[in-house]
Amino acid sequence: MSAGHDDHGTGGLDLTLHIWRQESSEAEGRFETYPLHGVSPDMSFLEMLDVLNEQLTLEGRDPVAFDHDCREGICGSCGMMINGQAHGPERETATCQLHMRRFKSGDTIFIEPFRARAFPLLKDLVVDRSAFDRIIAKGGFISVNTGSARDANSLPAAKQDADLSMDAAACIGCGACVAACPNAAAMLFVGAKVSHLGLLPQGKPERSRRVLAMVAQMDAEGFGNCGNIYECEAACPKAISVENIARLNRDYLLASATERPSSAQGEGA
Amino acid sequence: MHSTPTTASELFTRASAAKLDSKCPSGPMSERWDKHRFDLKLVNPANKRKFHALVVGTGLAGASAAASLAELGYQVSVFCIHDSPRRAHSIAAQGGINAAKNYPNDGDSIRRLFYDTVKGGDFRARESNVYRLAQVSNNIIDQCVAQGVPFAREYGGLLDNRSFGGAQVSRTFYARGQTGQQLLLGAYQALMRQVGLGRVTLHARHEMLDLVVVDGIARGIVTRDVVSGEIESYAGDAVLLCTGGYGNVFYLSTNAKKSNVTAAWRAHKRGALFANPCFTQIHPTCIPVSGSHQSKLTLMSESLRNDGRVWVPKNKGDKRSPDSIPDGERDYYLERRYPSFGNLVPRDIASRAAKQMVDDGRGVGGNGMSVFLDFRDAIKRDGESKIRERYGNLFQMYERITDEDPYRVPMRMYPAVHYTMGGVWVDYNLESTVPGLFVLGEANFSDHGANRLGASALMQGLADGYFVIPYTIGAHFASRKLGKVTTEHEAFREAEGAVRARVKKLLATDGRRTVDQFHRQLGLLMWDHCGMGRSEKGLTHALGQIRSLRDEFHQDVRVLGENESVNMSLENAGRVADFFELAELMVIDALHRRESCGGHFREEYQTEEGEARRDDENFCYVAAWEHAQAGGAPRWSLHTEPLSFEEVKLTQRSYK
Ligand SMILES: Cc1cc2nc3c(=O)[nH]c(=O)nc-3n(C[C@H](O)[C@H](O)[C@H](O)COP(=O)(O)OP(=O)(O)OC[C@H]3O[C@@H](n4cnc5c(N)ncnc54)[C@H](O)[C@@H]3O)c2cc1C
Ligand code: SF4
Ligand code: FES
Repeated sequence: MSAGHDDHGTGGLDLTLHIWRQESSEAEGRFETYPLHGVSPDMSFLEMLDVLNEQLTLEGRDPVAFDHDCREGICGSCGMMINGQAHGPERETATCQLHMRRFKSGDTIFIEPFRARAFPLLKDLVVDRSAFDRIIAKGGFISVNTGSARDANSLPAAKQDADLSMDAAACIGCGACVAACPNAAAMLFVGAKVSHLGLLPQGKPERSRRVLAMVAQMDAEGFGNCGNIYECEAACPKAISVENIARLNRDYLLASATERPSSAQGEGA
Repeated sequence: MHSTPTTASELFTRASAAKLDSKCPSGPMSERWDKHRFDLKLVNPANKRKFHALVVGTGLAGASAAASLAELGYQVSVFCIHDSPRRAHSIAAQGGINAAKNYPNDGDSIRRLFYDTVKGGDFRARESNVYRLAQVSNNIIDQCVAQGVPFAREYGGLLDNRSFGGAQVSRTFYARGQTGQQLLLGAYQALMRQVGLGRVTLHARHEMLDLVVVDGIARGIVTRDVVSGEIESYAGDAVLLCTGGYGNVFYLSTNAKKSNVTAAWRAHKRGALFANPCFTQIHPTCIPVSGSHQSKLTLMSESLRNDGRVWVPKNKGDKRSPDSIPDGERDYYLERRYPSFGNLVPRDIASRAAKQMVDDGRGVGGNGMSVFLDFRDAIKRDGESKIRERYGNLFQMYERITDEDPYRVPMRMYPAVHYTMGGVWVDYNLESTVPGLFVLGEANFSDHGANRLGASALMQGLADGYFVIPYTIGAHFASRKLGKVTTEHEAFREAEGAVRARVKKLLATDGRRTVDQFHRQLGLLMWDHCGMGRSEKGLTHALGQIRSLRDEFHQDVRVLGENESVNMSLENAGRVADFFELAELMVIDALHRRESCGGHFREEYQTEEGEARRDDENFCYVAAWEHAQAGGAPRWSLHTEPLSFEEVKLTQRSYK
């Protein structure tokens, strides 16, 4: 683009990257080492990987596969372990929003995929997070067919509840909470959805059924149990609070006590 | 080298027969949609499950359409490139969604939203469509709230509105700076509910690479599984393309990296006319380019212009830091030139003005390629905490990228490619020129004419999916004879073969340059010559260059690896190959349209004050291009759909 270059920092950073390479889910994986020179501190982490991939391609070596799309921290596609931390060292920051000015010349960086039983690896840093979609399909919605809604202002919602609901709804479904958790639990993700919908008056009627159905699917997918360690909150790029896990637990207990089991898979038309 | 064409006839031919029937109803504007719905044939409820719709794309348009059709009882299959439908590019929309609710009681109405959209689009959209859009806008808000979209609320518990993107009424609903995310999650959840109920089959990580037409009707698609590389066919009774816009032809844009034209382009090559391809929206407030490594540009919501003031130094080459430039030596050029709209002029006007300042040598920042967006006065007036409450997340995003604190130093902004008004031509039913192929959302040539107003794309995507297609698709099913077609049909074999051949060729080229190297070069050509300012000379030059570069791409691109696994460069290469062909058509369209309108600014056609000069006598039409292959190189013929304005009088837009 015709805008020139403003790269401050002459010469840039020299880095040593150790990246997990694995052809497919069945293949054996291993770390490979790649030195990378002259990385601009203004680059994002993914742009740094772009540069590496361009270089590898020109050398005739297979580029590193990783998921990405929006590159502004909202789609939830990106996500990798950077020096053992999901999304890297910066708080409330998705991998794509991490900038290289966070690193120093001479640094060594280990880059690995998110690892969890429920997230099978597909290639290099790409994992399959479709378990999250299946959890939503079981209950992460409000059952309202198109066209059957009343006027939007006919059911007021307390601003405080709406704000809390929005805090929870900000989850981008990246899976960092699972990757950061020693038990690979999905409680923060599920808790966020249960809170987002349950806090709104529109979501109240299905509250019990929703939580039972989502938790059942979460267990079926092979996610672990919450050990109250709260690594998830620390890793979450959207600062989703563990209060949502507390709300999930409360809703679940209440629902288990009151809901008749058959209605958990209701049609909900 | 390609020879450079000099006359229109060398560029394209004019189609002789009238081919375009917009199917717009007649009668009083406010009754047209109602009347049309009544006239459309209905599908008997018991028959609905016999019809199978293939929906490609799960952004606002695709997810809302798929969910709504499944609720009605149709069989639906859904495809997207991403690992989850929730990741579609719609998720990134920040600012808001318009509706004519008039909750603030400030004078809004369906008629005013309609009027603003027609005028904002510089009179290059269909009145009937725009009116319908304004009508259904209110239903969208109702639907989204019922789904649990956590829109901003006031203390009384009712919905809050703000003014946005040059509107003089407050009609924009928003969910913090994440409106697109929340609307998409609403549509996604409605879609997943139908997946859970077994009424929608979901195919994530599937890229559509061809359209299959049987007996003149769209009956299927060919996809590539981006994990296994498998090429697969799917047959159905209708195909819905909801595959988004093509802004990434410029390489650098605010679009997500995977946004592409491929699905629309392959449909175009199978007979769907492509309309107004050169109508591109360049958004005025984006973070400027910082270096050659840059992979995409970041939008800063236009809501910032509600409080931020745009300026450059009065004197050329003034390199002082902004805080040491006194007010008397600042040029608040939007306020000066457009006193009644000031900093809130529509996007095309604000972008062009920024370019004029930079071209005039008054740009700021290290390379002089940006303008200031300054919150000093707003902070003084309302206090820092109020500003933080309104824009905190945007300020944080800005600081993260630029390492500068916008509470202390004015933001630096420059326009960037953002949205494409052009797209596949559709009639009032959203049906393309290939029967059975419907196109929704940003992928269609839209209701936004030559310039889209802020917060209107989300409205249009959801209008198409929730409230238009559920009615109009029924007419296709009920009135056409749709015999049984399976993927065994010859047409599927042929399309699969073509897809395999293309993949094989890309892998076999084994050249010396990477896909991104080509894409960047193409983007630069488009930005310089088919961006904010366009001229006969520049466009003609670009055309020759694009053709040469395209030939080089096919001889010299390097795509490593194999088809049978995740292969990002192979996916990219296919998309860039299509961008090359699209770029050529965009330039031809821009060359042929010898007028300025909306985002299409031909330097030869401007008023004395430097504003766009339309030529309603000769160009008050939709340009719809038909693809024809002529000896290897693509060739196009032009169809025109005349536009008539019965309700909004054709006038020169003025925001003075
Ligand atoms: C940064 C940004 C901010 C914006 N903010 C606003 C705003 O505030 N208000 C507003 O009104 N508009 C806004 N817009 C515009 C608006 O977001 C888009 O126009 C709109 O979301 C497009 O929706 P869509 O459903 O048409 O397509 P998308 O959301 O782009 O979805 C496309 C879908 O198609 C799929 N797909 C694409 N190609 C293929 C293929 N070949 N095979 C299979 N699947 C495919 C993708 O996987 C995806 O699911 C913004 C745009 C940007 C870039
Ligand atoms: S809760 Fe946070 S970490 Fe977990 S999926 Fe959502 S955004 Fe990602
Ligand atoms: S690429 Fe979208 S969140 Fe990182």
